Order: sequence, then C-alpha cells, then structure tokens
Amino acid sequence: MIKNSLNRMILEGFTPYGDKHPNSCLKINHRPSNNTNKQLRSITDAFDKLQIKDGMTLSFHHHLRDGDFVLNMVLDEIKKRNLKHITLAPSSIFPIHEPMVELIKHGNIENIVTNYINGPVAKTVSEGYLKGFLTMDTHGGRPRAIESGELMIDVAFIATPAVNSFGDGNGIQGPSQCGALGYMMSDLMYAKHRVVITDFMTEDLLIKEIDGHYVDYIVQVDKIGDPQGIVSGTTKPTKDPVQLKIAKDTIKVMDALGLIKDGLSFQTGAGGTSIAVAEILRKKMIENNIKGSFASGGITSYLVNMHEEGLFNELYDVQCFDLEAIRSYRDNPKHHPMSASKYANPCHESVLVNDLDVVILGATEIDLNFNVNVTTDSHGYLMGGSGGHSDTAFGSKVSIITSNLVKSRTPIIKESVTALTTPGSTVDIFVTERGIAINPKRKDLIQKLNEVSFPMMTIEDLYHKSIEITGKPTPLIKSDKIIGHIRYRDGSIIDTLYQVRK
Amino acid sequence: MRRSLLFIPSNSPAMLQNADIFGADGVIFDLEDAVSISEKDAARTLLDTFLTMYPLNKLEIIVRINQIETSITSKELEKIVSDRIDTIMLPKATKESTLILLNQLRNIEHEKKLTKKINIIPIIEMATSVLEVSDIAKVERVNGLLLGAEDLASDLEVPRTLESLEILMPRALTILAAKAHKIDAIDTPFIHKDDDEGLVKDAKFAKQLGMNAKACIHPNQVEIINEIFSPSMAEIHQALRIIEAHERPENIHKGAFSLDGKMVDKPIIDRAHKLIEKAKAWHLL
Repeated sequence: MIKNSLNRMILEGFTPYGDKHPNSCLKINHRPSNNTNKQLRSITDAFDKLQIKDGMTLSFHHHLRDGDFVLNMVLDEIKKRNLKHITLAPSSIFPIHEPMVELIKHGNIENIVTNYINGPVAKTVSEGYLKGFLTMDTHGGRPRAIESGELMIDVAFIATPAVNSFGDGNGIQGPSQCGALGYMMSDLMYAKHRVVITDFMTEDLLIKEIDGHYVDYIVQVDKIGDPQGIVSGTTKPTKDPVQLKIAKDTIKVMDALGLIKDGLSFQTGAGGTSIAVAEILRKKMIENNIKGSFASGGITSYLVNMHEEGLFNELYDVQCFDLEAIRSYRDNPKHHPMSASKYANPCHESVLVNDLDVVILGATEIDLNFNVNVTTDSHGYLMGGSGGHSDTAFGSKVSIITSNLVKSRTPIIKESVTALTTPGSTVDIFVTERGIAINPKRKDLIQKLNEVSFPMMTIEDLYHKSIEITGKPTPLIKSDKIIGHIRYRDGSIIDTLYQVRK
Repeated sequence: MRRSLLFIPSNSPAMLQNADIFGADGVIFDLEDAVSISEKDAARTLLDTFLTMYPLNKLEIIVRINQIETSITSKELEKIVSDRIDTIMLPKATKESTLILLNQLRNIEHEKKLTKKINIIPIIEMATSVLEVSDIAKVERVNGLLLGAEDLASDLEVPRTLESLEILMPRALTILAAKAHKIDAIDTPFIHKDDDEGLVKDAKFAKQLGMNAKACIHPNQVEIINEIFSPSMAEIHQALRIIEAHERPENIHKGAFSLDGKMVDKPIIDRAHKLIEKAKAWHLL
C-alpha cells in the first residue's frame, strides 16, 4: 500500500490521487455496428448471438433508476447459464437490483464498476461478499474510463423507452419514459457490442438520442421498467424547519457573495433541501429581476418552472427526475440533453461542469480539510457514491455543501472522513443549521463576506459545536480486508474501501 | 429584549435539540398544551436533563408550566426552576395565580440558592385575565404579558377568525397594561403555520396596535416575526440622527431642540436610544 497526496492508503499499481494518470485521456475508436439484421426475440438470443461467456464485462445505464427491470433480466440470464467471473458496469445500482446479491455471493458477479450503489447490493458488497473488486467512479470519470479503454465493455445492454427498427431511440416515448439518456452515450459508442432493450417499437420517433448506427441488436420485451420507480426522487421542497433554514442560509451566502446575478449558471440535486434552495433562489431571482444563463444536471420540475418563467435561459439535462422534466425535455427547445461525457468528462475541453457558477451538494461526512464522503455512512457501509459530486465540485466556481451538523445523533464533521469521495481542495462552502464555514483556501470568498459583515464560523468551530452536542464518537476501526476503491474523475485513486466489521 | 418567542414541545428530543438555531429571541419549552397528560412526567424529566446537558446558544429560556391550580405545577416548579432558566410562563393567569407563582418561585429560589431571580410571563387567555390584566402586569417579576387568543376565544364562546376582530379589545387592553407598566406586550401566535402572508398581515397589525413581540408555534415563522418587530433601517438611521443631534454641544443641555423642523424632546431621545440598543442587540447595526 502507498499513500496518496491526501494521506489515504491505496493499493500499489494504481495512480495515486495527486499524481498524473499516464493514460487518463487516451482515446479508443468509436465502434459503429456493421449489423443490419438487428431484431432478436429475447435477451437469451442476445447472449447466444454475442456468445456472452465467463469473465466478460457487461454495462448498463441507470436512467430507469429504481424502476429498472433490464439489469435484472440480464442477471437472470447470467444465473440460468451460471456464468462466472462477470464484471458488471452499471452507471448506478439501486435497491431494485437486489437479485444481484445472490449472484455476488455465488461468484457469478466478480467485479463491479459503478458511480453509485445503494440498497441490498451495497450492503452485500460492504460485507465483503464480492469476490473481486468494486470500483467507484464519478459521472465524468466513467465516460473517461470507457473512452480511454480503461473500462473495456464487452456488451452494453441499453434500456431504451422507444426504438425504431434501425435501432435509433429515445427516452421520451412509450410506457417507460425516463427522459434524457445522457449516461449511456459512451457505452453506446465504445462498447464492443450494444443491445438495445425496449418495450415500445415505433417508426415515429420524436427525436433520436440513440443513433442506430451503433446498435448491434434490438430486443423487445414486455416491460423495461416500472414508471413509479423510474421517476423517483423527492421533487418537493423540504418542510423540515432545520433543512429549510439551511436552504435559506445557502441563498443568503450566495447573495452576500454576489453570485445571484444575471448570467448565473446553477446546479442542484433532487433532494428536499436542494429543491428548497432552488425555490428560494427562484423567488430571489423574480424579486430582483435576475436572468440566469443555465441550470444543469438531473432536472426537476422546479428547474423546469424556472426555465419556463425565463429565469434560466437554458437547461442542460443528463437525466430527468420527474414527469415534468420529461415533458419539458420533449417540448422546450432550450431544454438540451447532454451526455455524461459532455457533462463532466475531465478529458473533454469544454465540459459543462466547468461553466457552472454554483453547485449545491450534500455530504454524509466532511472533515476538517473539507474532504467529503458521499460514498459510505459513518459505519463504513456503502450507501451512495460520487455521481456528479466530485465533477461539479471541481468544475464550478463555487461549490456549496449543505448538511445538518448532526444527523441521527452523529456529528457530520469528522477529523477524518470514513471514505473520501471529493477532495477538500474543490469544496468551498459548508452550510449547516448552526453556521457557515468557508474553506480557508478560498481567501477571496472570505474577504468578500467580511466586507459585508456576513457571519462565518471556521469548520473547527462547527466541529467543536457538534462534539459539544453529541460527545466525541468512538473512531471507526476499519477491517483489513479491501473491497474496492474510489477512483477520482481523472483515473487516479482517491481512497480505498474496506469491508465493514461485522 | 424580545421580538420572537418560539414554542417547543418539551416531549420531543429532536425539536429540543434544535431549539436554538432558528434565531428566536426566546424559546418557550412547553409542558402544558403540547404535552399530553400521560407524558407530563417524562417531558419534565426530559426537559430537565436537556437543560442540564445541552449547550444552548444565548437566548431567553422560558418554560410554560401547567395551570397553577393543577396538582402537577408544584412538582414541575421544583424540578424545572434553576439558574438555567430565565422565565416561567403561566397559563390561564389571574392576579391570584400570578401571586401564588411569585411566592413559589421565591421559596424555590431560596431553597435551591439560585443566583438569579426568575421572571414571569402570565398568559392572558381568560375573560377574567383580561379584566385583571393591569393588576397582573404590576405583580413583581412580571416582565411581559402574552395574549393567548385561542383559549380566550373559547372562553368568550366566539370563533377565532383570521381578521381577529373578536380579540381586538383584549389585544388593546393587554398592550395598554403592558405599556403602562413598561413591560413587553407579546402577541398571540398565528396558528396557520403554512400561511406566511397571513402571518405578515397579523404581525404587522399587532405591531401597529403596540405589541412589541409575538409568540410563534413553528420555526418557519421566526424569521418573518423578527423582521416585522425589528426596527427598519430607516428607523435606525433616524434614531442615530436624533442621538447625534442631541449630543451636539448646542443641544446637549437643552430639554428640547429642533431637527428637520420638528421638536425633539426627552421621550423621543429616550426612544431613539432604546431603538439603537435593540438594533445592536439584534445585530442590525
């Protein structure tokens, strides 16, 4: 084991965070399909045709979120054939993917590469059942790894709500609409083989987000997903007074820094606090007649409203969180889809995250150096992952972390985070219900806030306040068994993941 | 100095834990209506432990006890009265019950050798209380009167309305009694917690009548109440001008002087000083 520049121990043979990854931005060739006879009757046929066998890497996107049936159908086929040593590379794993648990325990699934992991699979991997290795990527790091050939995909199974006979497709028609399909683009263009799975065939596609030239096979099934789970995510602002206070204070600090002005570009999530921030920002922008340039990321009805009210000129959408977002993506000409690569791939010259003024992010833990954990809980159990966290924190001019100072009687600030997802050097502001801390490295922000006498605390003050409330938690003793690592967006390794102690 | 007083149920650990973060000038830990009879003992113990263990930000700690006539009040006072609290809020106050409370506080303070004297806020929420309000206001240690409109409306057998015409006179009498005895007039809570517009209207009207603070039943109401009951920047600016003009050599020894063509005398100067004191306390300067 060696130490990276953040003093985290990582396995030898990988590029430590802080060093330049030598092959980070290599580029392999696109792989258009030569196949003209694309229709297959079933996923079984696809396995036969593509001779899917032990040791292969299969990929998936997560636009069907917690309503996804497609990954489970493929797991079912792996189980029937008792394939072994499979590497799965879904862009996210949700509770609905519970059938994976059995295949992990039986050694069918040996390695997992993903950006987010939650639910029973996360628990199983945390407890050490995965025989191989877990690699946690970011939303920008995943397309980088695919396009550079670091993550070689044998077969990409691409769930697509609407498809024509050539294999073109989109996410805005059919019974399983999910909206933009930004996370599948690298899989489509760079996997060795691509199978599109749909439950709706039509020759009247409204748009063609999937280019059929890259599609090898099309399989029509009864249902690719459950609409209730597809548009999951809280899309109402929080009513919790503590979270609402955090949201209000977030807008106050943005205002004090002069960030709420014409041309603002902004990203926030789909959680209750994030939506409350968007809602309060909306009122502020209307009040002061401010017109922003764009909002981006996962799009919710709140951002759609702001776009339609003229508060943001454009929306850049990598995934839709609710039906209103899907409707807007279909109807509004300035509601643009974007690939994960265009969104956040660090090897692209003009990625969208680099144009963001402000991003609002969450945290499970944050340490005294502003390093953030959104991958595990404080007991070491996997419960999330970077998603776009590290990418947007890096790219935006100001990254703001919002969180309760104490959650379930556990202080959020640690001397050292259990797992390090996003480096503190890219985190600027931490907003809690008991005060706001600015990263001391952002002297410019501190100076601006001092000029307007904005109340600030140091992160050490907030830490001591939380310890006063909860007492000092007993430090987590990690087990020795390594289960995986967290790969930063540039391909370097930022931290190692350990099996939880049972 | 009070603008906002936030009710927190004493039987809710999660709410107790965050009592001090919403910017209220005082927190009223409630042992009365928010706590069912079966939970009174547990709430009392929880509150006592909380106040002992938990470091609260600087704010007025008020405890609303049960009605003085009930058997639980003595136990409550024995447990709760300590140097950690500032004020007892007395429900269904009459002159008699306020005096009983005063005596009990004196005894407990003596027995426990407290270093401070606990203040009293009687709640004016019965027709009798309204009629006795001036006598209640003059009881030693009473430093504020809270109008309790919900119970009062029940006592008056009238429905509570958004317009609040039914409490116009009790509101005015409470204000007059408070101002006559130079104590705080605290307005009744606005119970429609999701109606911010209604709260603004209600609080502005109460302020116009003479209330200088308002109780609230939800944390989201604190910011609005603080804003309405704080001096405006224009008022602060004018108060500073009055003080500055008074301190000029030509005016300092005068009983009255002229500013902008208007007479400024002692009451106006005193009010300006009081306003600036509040503005400083509430970080508006």
